[in-house]
Amino acid sequence: MTGAIGYNFAYLDEQTKRMIRRAILKAIAIPGYQVPFASREMPMPYGWGTGGVQVTAAVLGPRDVLKVIDQGADDTTNAVSIRAFFRNTAGIATTTRTSEATVIQTRHRIPEGRLHEGQILVFQVPIPEPLRFLEPRETETRRLHALAEYGLMQVKLYEDISRHGHIATTYAYPVAVEGRYVMDPSPTPKFDNPKMDNSPALQLFGAGRERRIYAVPPYTNVRSLDFEDHPFRAQEFAEPCALCGAIGVYLDEVVMDDRGRRMFVCSDTDHCETRRAAGHRGGAFGL
Amino acid sequence: MTNVPLLSVEGLTMRYGTRTGCADVSFDLHDGEVLAVVGESGSGKTTLLRLLAQELAPDAGRVRYRMRDGGVRDLATLDEAAQRLLARTEWGYIRQDATDGLRMSVSAGGNAGERLMAIGMRHYGQIRGAASDWLRRVEIDPARIDETPQSFSGGMRQRLQIARNLITEPRLVLMDEPTSGLDVSVQARLLDLVRGLVTELGLAIVIVTHDLAVARLLSHRMMVMRRGCVIETGLTDRVLDDPEAPYTQLLVSSVLAA
Repeated sequence: MTGAIGYNFAYLDEQTKRMIRRAILKAIAIPGYQVPFASREMPMPYGWGTGGVQVTAAVLGPRDVLKVIDQGADDTTNAVSIRAFFRNTAGIATTTRTSEATVIQTRHRIPEGRLHEGQILVFQVPIPEPLRFLEPRETETRRLHALAEYGLMQVKLYEDISRHGHIATTYAYPVAVEGRYVMDPSPTPKFDNPKMDNSPALQLFGAGRERRIYAVPPYTNVRSLDFEDHPFRAQEFAEPCALCGAIGVYLDEVVMDDRGRRMFVCSDTDHCETRRAAGHRGGAFGL
Repeated sequence: MTNVPLLSVEGLTMRYGTRTGCADVSFDLHDGEVLAVVGESGSGKTTLLRLLAQELAPDAGRVRYRMRDGGVRDLATLDEAAQRLLARTEWGYIRQDATDGLRMSVSAGGNAGERLMAIGMRHYGQIRGAASDWLRRVEIDPARIDETPQSFSGGMRQRLQIARNLITEPRLVLMDEPTSGLDVSVQARLLDLVRGLVTELGLAIVIVTHDLAVARLLSHRMMVMRRGCVIETGLTDRVLDDPEAPYTQLLVSSVLAA
């Protein structure tokens, strides 16, 4: 463990990490409950994952292997920078392979492959309060959570159906955790909601600007809210990944030229590369 | 019908610093009974209503309520969860300003159906059916179910507020000047509607108003307040036709005849 000179292991000082770990422990003890914590200034702007970085810093140990994804990709600016940040300040190993990682920090996606026990998934959260746009007062939303009054959340879904004929919320789709707290799964597509349910991995959520940490412990029931006659449905894609031919995965649209050509490829780059290495081929492979 | 009052208020007192909000107010309200609270602005009418709704905590006195199971409970001893459950199942609160009582950016159907969702109903078709039924009952065209109250007139907003409150079939409705700010023909239709619902559903109502005509039309009994104190109570006709207290006499004689 050789970090950057002059900095503590994983950037944050030990007292701060203890404070964050206490918040994490409380969050794990009360699944889905937003625990306030004393969010620190980080060497990056709010909105770039300051909450996730603080949670990651608090849980990292010298033998951990870190993977960072942004929209499912390991090679986007934010993912590359955060990976480099922890390589420099903690001197730990990093990887792009989901199966090898012990800690995965993510923005907007959950990896396609099933996670295993012992892994920690850290979400970057911009707005932790699922009721925020329905009820602007924090004092009131806290009371609603405390009393488990979630009729309001249902009103939002009702409005969706009355306007669009179906529940049109596609990301940050609210979930009920272990039948108690309603939680915002961060802006992940609702496609990923079923992966949160009964996951063997520990899921931690950090919101830096809003100073909240919440958690879903392993093997916890996570149910997407819906109506009996309009049940929750994840997005479905008409075609397979153009590169690896995968079906039943979340796809990104890639514009190919200025004449309207486009292709759909796996948003999870590691999943796509692993499949191609194993010989799977999609329609556009090699073009 | 039972002889135990639905609502029983004893010595309710509330002070704002050194000023009196309402002082030593006591009354009983039975099922299906309409009580009008009248008085000039600042006489403590709205404070009284908010005390009844448990939105304010009294400095003294208590409010007892007969639950559906027949047991009488002191409302102050219920925990917050139980109070709020009562508020959205057993009670309604019609606000003076409909924008306070409605969600202005949510459709009429969402507004009307919110209480059903809040008590656990999770079937879209049923919620929408009930909402549409109630819109019809308060004379709002069910075709406008997906419009927000922003596009509604003042009278329609007030009627939507009534639908939103009555959808869970409450037993007690508190009304705070529901007709002020409406022109007279709209006001008359709203009063007609309320009168119909009272007889149909057997609602008990406490209605706060400064309009004696509204009180005469709707209420069985009347309570006149001034500076936080009740100065006269009685049957509405008696109070209006033969007022005893000098202040009530002044109030009654101040009404402009058309």
